[in-house]
Amino acid sequence: MVFGSHTETAAMRELEWGCACGQHASAEEHEAAGERAEVLSAKALRTAAIRALFPKNEDRRRFLGAVGAPTTLAAISTLLPFGALEAMAQEKGAIEKKDLKIGFIPITCATPLIMSTPLGFYEKQGLNVTLVKTAGWALIRDKVINKEYDASHLLAPMPLAISLGVGSGAVPMNVATIQNSNGQAITLALKHKDNRDPKNWKGMKFAVPFEFSMHNFLLRYYVAEAGLDPDKDIQIRVVPPPEMVANLRAGNIDGYLGPDPFNQRAVYDQIGFIHLLTKEIWDGHPCCSFGMRTEWVKENPNTFAALYRAVLNAAAMAAGPQNRTTIAEAIAPANYLNQPVPVLEQVLTGKYADGLGNVKNVPNRIEFDPVPWNALGVWILTQMKRWGYIKGDVRYKDIVDQVYLMTDAKKRMKEEGILAPADMPKKIIVMGKPFDATKPDAYVSSFSIKRA
Amino acid sequence: MTLGARAAILSALLLAICLGAWHLATLPKSGVAQNVDPEYAKLMGLDKPKTDGLPTLAQMGSTAWKQLSNPFYDAGSNDKGIGIQLGYSLGRVGLGFTLAALVAIPLGFVIGLSPLVYRALNPFIQVLKPISPLAWMPLALYTIKDSATSSIFVIFICSLWPMLINTAHGVASVRRDWLNVAKTLEAGTFRTSFEVILPAAAPVILTGMRISMGIAWLVIVAAEMLVGNLGIGYFVWNEWNNLSLSNVIFAILVIGVVGMLLDLIFGALQKAATYAE
Repeated sequence: MVFGSHTETAAMRELEWGCACGQHASAEEHEAAGERAEVLSAKALRTAAIRALFPKNEDRRRFLGAVGAPTTLAAISTLLPFGALEAMAQEKGAIEKKDLKIGFIPITCATPLIMSTPLGFYEKQGLNVTLVKTAGWALIRDKVINKEYDASHLLAPMPLAISLGVGSGAVPMNVATIQNSNGQAITLALKHKDNRDPKNWKGMKFAVPFEFSMHNFLLRYYVAEAGLDPDKDIQIRVVPPPEMVANLRAGNIDGYLGPDPFNQRAVYDQIGFIHLLTKEIWDGHPCCSFGMRTEWVKENPNTFAALYRAVLNAAAMAAGPQNRTTIAEAIAPANYLNQPVPVLEQVLTGKYADGLGNVKNVPNRIEFDPVPWNALGVWILTQMKRWGYIKGDVRYKDIVDQVYLMTDAKKRMKEEGILAPADMPKKIIVMGKPFDATKPDAYVSSFSIKRA
Repeated sequence: MTLGARAAILSALLLAICLGAWHLATLPKSGVAQNVDPEYAKLMGLDKPKTDGLPTLAQMGSTAWKQLSNPFYDAGSNDKGIGIQLGYSLGRVGLGFTLAALVAIPLGFVIGLSPLVYRALNPFIQVLKPISPLAWMPLALYTIKDSATSSIFVIFICSLWPMLINTAHGVASVRRDWLNVAKTLEAGTFRTSFEVILPAAAPVILTGMRISMGIAWLVIVAAEMLVGNLGIGYFVWNEWNNLSLSNVIFAILVIGVVGMLLDLIFGALQKAATYAE
């Protein structure tokens, strides 16, 4: 099964509109029309969407007559990312809000959005960004919902969960970019250095940063493949990333699937070793994202565009292996990650000590592909369904289309002169098993250990 | 030798024993694995002297000197000097405590004066009093929708009860004779309240305020660690993330000294308000 825009297009046709704005038959055409989209007014976008929903004239008129145009617009605007499209249409206007507050957790996943301050990417776009270090993901969620933060570092599954109202009130969210791919690891306490087979991990205690995290889903996937039921055979606790090393040292947990630099930090402090990098579970998996409330995007389209440009340019720089040492030094100070530079260098360059006496060289230990590919979101939803976080019928494609701004990201990258791949650079293969984003339900039911 | 002088010598001796034990416990271990691959050792940071765990006294001293010599530096939104961090914490405590006093003292006055109100409110106070102030935090964050205000609310709620209960108790136990004298002198309710009851109850009320301030200072550190607002609690949390124990120990000492100073201030106020019967 070839994975990419071809199959995605097929999936999109299953819905009644072809692309994100509903104007074109496919995502490709939508992108080709990108330049035209800029001059389209919001009204035209909405009319086009309604036309796409009700192609037959008489149906449309009857529906609008019965329900009323404002109600219809309100209803469909919950389904379509109008805000983002309108933002795209008004690209070059004046910035509405110059002073922004952006939340982050001090981990290397947030590299693009953190480095944008010391390396001046925000400033270049005329933005004055205050980065606010935050104690944990629940707090990030609350502060985003409370409007304390304009935008924030989020785990890739969080905007989906928040938009669905799972684990919080439902607030429509958008993912502008994926912050990083790979870059996580399973770290075990040194006492387990001869206990490497997950089949023997029954009764062990693990930490993950948050329920709605790739960490939680990858750890569950990994132990389930070894025949363990993650809800019964092991204990999974939520521990904020910065506290993982302290907990491992105290013996509260046997290990964690956590973000860097805290895997490398456990090695550096001789407390634990790196059992495996998550790229060995799924090479190219997303981890964190950069997101905001959809309402904020609508209210500040130009600010959003400027912020988007800043973060995309930062991600492009982070993607270059030759820049990684500079970046490690830029994000190490107490104001940002507050970590020793050698630890960050090992994470970012991929030349690292594994804690068992070996030096490993894995250049793609962490990667930065900012495009929020929709298929990634669909995979996340399948795991939320698999483990019972969401129940009933899930409209996978619809939900992800609203939340993940894939088309936006690609278009903006093109404008900034950044090489934007048309298709996902890597197929989704998790522990040898390929994932077909057009058949999410079949994927969920193919697992023997599940809650769905 | 006076008792005071002997106590001072004993204190100094205890301090010397503690520091000596610390010094012995943190002596650098010699002969750290020599047969390790040099490249691996470099990645592990073993090529430079590195203490695992507690800092030595010298490291502790240099940390304290570094922090104290530049207490008001501002290296960005998440990295500020210890003086600025203390300012944030004291500001929150001051605000929450003042709000609590504004509510607790008048309310305590009413409760103390009226046995009916006392009985009616007592069940509520008894249930609300033992709740850990931090347990309010998730609810506060959800309803107030602002983390800075939530921290102040938590200080408010934890400062409230000791002041409320002490004020009520102090007002209720003013000697009947004094009230009767006020009555015979035909003093109005207002005058009786401010010129008889308030001065009579003042020492007990100030005891309540002193207890409240002590609790508020305990709670602010935990609240800031939980929410991550700038402040001395955030400083501890941020240095814990970096496993920098010398900074954490330094912050612990600062928290202790500031707490002691706050207590001394209220102790002095209490002394000023005390009267001999």
